Formats: sequence, C-alpha cells, structure tokens
Amino acid sequence: MDFILSTANLLHEWGPNFLRGLTATLQIAFGAYLLGLVIGILGALGKIYGGRFLKLFLEVYTTIIRAVPELVLILLLYYAGTSFLNQLLEALGFNTVDISGVAAGIAVLGLVQGAYSTEVIRGALLAVPKGETDAAIAFGMSKFKAFRRVILPAMIPLALPGMANLWMIVTKDTALLAVVGFEELALVTKQAAAKSRLFLEAFVVAAFLYLCVTLLSNYFFKLLERRSTRGIPKLDQV
Amino acid sequence: MPLPVIKIYSYMNDTDVSQRDNHSETTAVHVEDLHKSYGTLEVLKGVSLDAHDGDVISIIGSSGSGKSTFLRCINLLELPSAGSITIAGEPVKFKPSKRGEMQPADASQIQRLRTNLGMVFQSFNLWRHMTVLQNVIEAPVHVLGMTRAEAIEKGEAILERVGLYDKRDQYPAFLSGGQQQRASIARALAIEPQAMLFDEPTSALDPELVSEVLKVIQSIAEEGRTMILVTHEMAFARDVSSNVIFLHQGLVEEEGTPDKVFNNSSSERCRAFVKSVH
Repeated sequence: MDFILSTANLLHEWGPNFLRGLTATLQIAFGAYLLGLVIGILGALGKIYGGRFLKLFLEVYTTIIRAVPELVLILLLYYAGTSFLNQLLEALGFNTVDISGVAAGIAVLGLVQGAYSTEVIRGALLAVPKGETDAAIAFGMSKFKAFRRVILPAMIPLALPGMANLWMIVTKDTALLAVVGFEELALVTKQAAAKSRLFLEAFVVAAFLYLCVTLLSNYFFKLLERRSTRGIPKLDQV
Repeated sequence: MPLPVIKIYSYMNDTDVSQRDNHSETTAVHVEDLHKSYGTLEVLKGVSLDAHDGDVISIIGSSGSGKSTFLRCINLLELPSAGSITIAGEPVKFKPSKRGEMQPADASQIQRLRTNLGMVFQSFNLWRHMTVLQNVIEAPVHVLGMTRAEAIEKGEAILERVGLYDKRDQYPAFLSGGQQQRASIARALAIEPQAMLFDEPTSALDPELVSEVLKVIQSIAEEGRTMILVTHEMAFARDVSSNVIFLHQGLVEEEGTPDKVFNNSSSERCRAFVKSVH
C-alpha cells in the first residue's frame, strides 16, 4: 500500500519528466532504427552485388562495429565524432556547431544498427529463391524493378524476425546514451530517483514503461509478420 | 478436381500490346550456332533452331545434354558464349565483354524482347508473396503497362481456361504442384507471347499430376501457339510436336518430324535414347 502511495507521489511530481524521457527514447530508437534499416539494405546489396573495394569496406564496417561494445562505440563516436566534425568545420572555415543530443544519438545508434541490419538483410536476400528472380527477369523486368516488385517483398518475411529483434535491442540501447548526458528515459529515472529518494518506485516505473514499449512493438511486429507471410504455409500446417 | 476447360479464345488476336512489335514476322525464334561454356566445360557446342509461327518444337535428350541451358540461353537467362539469337525478327545485340565473352549491348532491348517469350519453369517459380491472379497480372501491368482492370479481365479469362479461376485468390504455396504449374502457364500466357518456352514443365510433378498439365500445354499447342518445349515426356512430344530435336553432349544429334526422330532415326544414339526411355 505504501509502495502504491509513494509511486503515485513520484508520478505526481515527476510524471511529465518520465514522459519526456520516454519520448526522447522513442525518438532516438525510431531514428536510429530507420537509419539502420537504410544502411542495412544498402549494405546488404553492396555485400552481395558490390565490387571488391565496396565489399571490403562493408566487411570492415560490420566487423568493427560488431566487435566493439556499444558503450565504447557510443563514447568514441559521440566525443570523437563531434570534435572531428567541429575540427573539420573549422578547417573549412565554418563556425563550430553544437550537435544536438538527438542527432548524435541517432547517428551513433544508427551506425551500430546498420551493421547488424546489414547482416540480417543480407541473409534474407540470399534466402529468396533464385527461381523467383529468374522469373521476374524472364518476364522482362529490369534488375531494379525485379528488386522492387519481387525480391524486396519476398525478402521481408525472411528478415522480419531478425529486424524485430533489432528494434527491441535499439529501444534499450538508447539507455546507453545516459553516459553522454542525454536525457532519455534511463537518465530521467536516475534523476527522479536521486531527487525523490524513491529508488525502487522510480526504477519500477521505468521498467514498466520499457515493458509497454516492448509489448506494443511485439503486437505490431506480429501484425506485420502475419501480413507478410500470407503466402507461406506455417511450419505447423505442413 | 475439375479438368481444365479446353477452349480456344479469341482474346489473343484482338489486342494491341503497344510496347512491342505485334507478331507479323513469321520466325518467332531463330538461333544460330549457339555455344555456351562454363569455364572449360563446353555445354553447348553450336546448336541452331528455327521456330516459325505455329511450330511446336520439342527438345529431348539425356540429362546433361544441354537442353535446359539451351532454352535458358534463348531468353538470355544464361548468356551464350557465341552464336546469334533473333527473337520476333529482331536480332539480339551483343558486345564482347572484357573477358571476351558475349554480353548484351542493350539491356532495354533484351527486356523488351523477353516479353515476346513466355517462360514456364520446371519448378514453377511463381512469386509466392502474390496470389495466383496477382502473379498472372504482374507482368502485363508492371512490364507491359496494361491497365489493372484490363489485366484482371484477361487474367481471369486465362485462369478460367487453365481451370484455376476458383483458385485465383489463393497463394501458390497452398496449391498442388499441378495447379502451380498451370498457374505459371497462365502467367506466361498473360503476356501474350509470340512463343512459349517450357523448361521440363512436368519434371517436378507427382506422376498423377502430370496429365492435367500436359492437357493444358496440348490445348495451347492446338490453338497454334509457337512453343519450344524441353521435355522428358516422349509420348507427349511425339503427339504435339511439329519438330523434335535430339540433343547429345551439346550438339544436335538428330532432328526432324516426330516420326523421323522416334521411329526412323539414322542416329544410333538417338535410337538407343528413344528405346531407353520407352
């Protein structure tokens, strides 16, 4: 009973902060996921169809990003990235800029997501039956049209489970941005807990919010999966 | 299962598919001295073929004789190493690549010429994220630029004809092999090709499903459509073909009327092959 009362007190005072933190978290997660998706599609195509140097470059990119812990990458890219950008701007005769936390967060997590998406999408592309591409080409489609009309939609159901995973991961990776002082849900929670001295309550609220995000995402991805696998018999049906 | 309705429709004649030539030429497909090598392995060693309008040409031969490779070279799913190909009276333009192989000189020409050839694959290769009807109207709408309404009207008539009208909203994976192959024949018919290419259309089917597919192919042959057919169904090839080509190790070992190839061949190998598959 005490716990419920104190949680209500906490929310009364800190509720708006929690919501702001959640919004920031979702904003970053969304942006980073989309950036990662674009990098992933291009990266996968590059890894499959690209020339020698493009393949080598992409291999180095995915290997390094996936080898280094995300926390280290965030510190490295955030600090090194902004100072490099400003040095570059100075050298070119421009004024230095303050990079917004949102933009930096999206860029950093997007680059991380991109490396993983590249591999998920590459696997999905390779699993599209070659015969379906053959048929598209045989009926007079250009390579681009065959990709858009046949390969891409055939690849989506194969990539979805992996891509849903990556979305779950990026929503929680946003918490790592707390180390560079970005006010997302985790940092807001820490502040609220410290100021109100209601540690347990604050972190339970945060956990509940993360859980809600996950449950909603789950529901959404299930819908997408059902829609995109309409043409594929379920394993337990055959 | 209802058997396919065999009717001769007139919709093939009264349409104008604006993006390509209509079929005034008398030679649908002309191939001359086609060679194809994979590395040092020469699969085709100079094969020629002439398919005039209305011809039904069967290509037979043991596996590894290059039949399927030859068919896939005709619509350039495989690039030949040497030789010339003329589709609907128009020679395919080639240029030598850096490694000295043949390479299409004009990708858009090849895309356009491919719409004169309706390909039916051994393993169907239907697009499984599309329903049967969507498969059938895909190329007419997105390659030939037909309106959706017109494509659906024609697509449904073709599906009726191959006996799949009631399956039009099903996804291919939920159909039997015979139904999938009939759907893929419908997809090929929908582009109103000048010639149909069949790549062992019954080889992936359970024996009891073969006849429903052969019936459809026969009805297409009887309507006078030009066909080039790679097949292992000897009795069928004998019945429907105007010409039979026996390939052996990448060369035409025997060719002529079904009677000549199946009954009166001067080639020892051809006689042995025909005997072995009967």
